[in-house]
Amino acid sequence: MRNRILFTLQFLFTLLVAAFLAVPAGLSIAAGVTVNYFRGLQSGVTLQWVAQVWDLYAGTILASIMIALGTLAVTLVVGVPAAYALYVRGGRLARLVEEIITLPLAIPGLAIALALLLTYGGFGSFRRSWLFILAGHVVFTMPFMVRSVMAVFATIDVKSLDEGAASLGAPPWRRFVDVIVPNAAPGILAGSLMVVTLSLGEFNLTWMLHTPLTKTLPVGLADSYASMRLEVASAYTLIFFVLIIPLLVAMQWIGERGQSR
Amino acid sequence: MNMMTRHGAALKVENCGKTFADGTCALARATLDIAQSETLVLLGPSGCGKTTLLRIVAGLETPDSGGRVLFDGKDLTRQPIEKRNVGMVFQSYALFPNMSVADNIGYGLKLRGLPKTERAARVAELVALTNLGGLEDRRIDQLSGGQRQRVALARAVAIRPSVLLLDEPLTALDAALRERLRGELNDLLRKLGITAIYVTHDQAEAMELGDRIVVMRKGAIAQVGTPREIYFTPANRFVAEFVGAANIIEAPIESGELVLPGGRVPVSGRDAMSRAVAMVRPETIMLADAATAGLAGTVDSVRFAGDRQRIIVRDAASVPLAVDAPNTVNVSAGERVGLSIPPAAIRLLPEED
Ligand SMILES: Nc1ncnc2c1ncn2[C@@H]1O[C@H](COP(=O)(O)OP(=O)(O)OP(=O)(O)O)[C@@H](O)[C@H]1O
Ligand SMILES: [Mg+2]
Repeated sequence: MRNRILFTLQFLFTLLVAAFLAVPAGLSIAAGVTVNYFRGLQSGVTLQWVAQVWDLYAGTILASIMIALGTLAVTLVVGVPAAYALYVRGGRLARLVEEIITLPLAIPGLAIALALLLTYGGFGSFRRSWLFILAGHVVFTMPFMVRSVMAVFATIDVKSLDEGAASLGAPPWRRFVDVIVPNAAPGILAGSLMVVTLSLGEFNLTWMLHTPLTKTLPVGLADSYASMRLEVASAYTLIFFVLIIPLLVAMQWIGERGQSR
Repeated sequence: MNMMTRHGAALKVENCGKTFADGTCALARATLDIAQSETLVLLGPSGCGKTTLLRIVAGLETPDSGGRVLFDGKDLTRQPIEKRNVGMVFQSYALFPNMSVADNIGYGLKLRGLPKTERAARVAELVALTNLGGLEDRRIDQLSGGQRQRVALARAVAIRPSVLLLDEPLTALDAALRERLRGELNDLLRKLGITAIYVTHDQAEAMELGDRIVVMRKGAIAQVGTPREIYFTPANRFVAEFVGAANIIEAPIESGELVLPGGRVPVSGRDAMSRAVAMVRPETIMLADAATAGLAGTVDSVRFAGDRQRIIVRDAASVPLAVDAPNTVNVSAGERVGLSIPPAAIRLLPEED
């Protein structure tokens, strides 16, 4: 009986916390599809705001997706081999490099952005191009890729696999392609989703680095909050949700599958 | 079957030591010659440097400067493992989970650019040799421990290596399976006639598989010899105690006899010595009549082991003596027994540590 009550109380509390987080999101999404937010849903449901956002910000949204994919490409091409080299090599130098790569985790995005501006701000055409934001995102997301790949390395005994393939005559790149990557696939996938999600949602650093012509989705979001009517800003949020939620769900799913194996 | 074919390289390990970056001296400088098609066993307790020595031969560790590894007289010290053409069976097997059994076995052949049909033929040959028929398309995680062990062996042998290196390949298996596979492995090594280095800490494995055994202790070689040499004429106390059961008796010698608390035992030769460390194997001591035997003691305990019984006798020597008696002998604790030890069964060891 007492257990019953305790369970009910816990359940209610959980619901309450969930509601506390979910209601604002729900309201925000609802606002994006109401004709007039101040008159409420009875004013009617519409996609006009979504369409308006798409008209105004389609370029920004597409650019954001391109940057996320570009960031993913760079972190994959650089991060996975780097993780392999760091893990198989071991030793003090490898640990030092690992620490340096992970450093951006601990540093606020604003500080990274400032450092990038100080260093490369003078290279005008680089400063004004999408590559500048891409570079920032790569610095910011690289540790997540390297870490998640190294974590899976630790669980599959990569060192033995590597030595096994080497004993059969495989040079390093063959070992990497034939044995390491296929067996580290779950970690690489998890890292990829994280990189894309982080890149799509990154605001601090991007806000510092962006120019009027180089904006990403969250920067556009801030822009619309500041200058548009509430319904438009909310419609923007809705689009953001549609992009990001499938990624988060996929991440969760892969994480669970990895655990059950 | 042609039992006489010899395969593989003759190996020379010259002056190879290993001090790790953290200062651990895992292996003192050692020199070893391994003949073509010989099976050499590295035997010793955990942490004595067996794996380190094997990895130096494999090319997975570089020896301290001055050390050299030669395959058929060719210095390969600077070559990484992938250029040495060694077949290696790891303790963890290191099989590729992303490939089928057949692809694991064929991987080394694929790297060597062998055409598909020849590759398939060689894989089939090895599948038959290692009794893996029917499992070719299985994934590694669908195999039993014994099957994995055989895949690892087949994969290592497939490339026709210069030397086969095996690091405790049976340790991960349960006792019954280990014993069976030990026999299979022995047959296979003889059949292949390949140069092999086999690491183990199990002396029964070492005895059965080795043409010669290298007994190691704390990073140094304690003795090199055939299984019989190691067993019957151990070079020192450590080898005597590590390989098989041994009674080690420290006692004074007077006129060619060991003087023990329970009597005297004649030893052959070396009457010049005044003190000796002697080794006597339990199976060489015979029970005798307590009244007439030169040596007598009291039965402390009897452990029946089925095929024989181990009797512990106290008060005969300064330490309790282990005696292996036939399983039909009837003695019980507290009884007085006489012991007879043939002089040839007593091995005098150098007095050290
Ligand atoms: N990479 C390393 N760095 C530092 N010390 C090491 C390293 N590898 C091994 N050692 C040390 O060297 C010694 C010999 O190790 P080795 O693995 O050769 O022993 P082993 O005889 O194979 O033992 P086991 O039977 O337990 O496998 C041990 O004391 C070990 O701790
Ligand atoms: Mg070892």
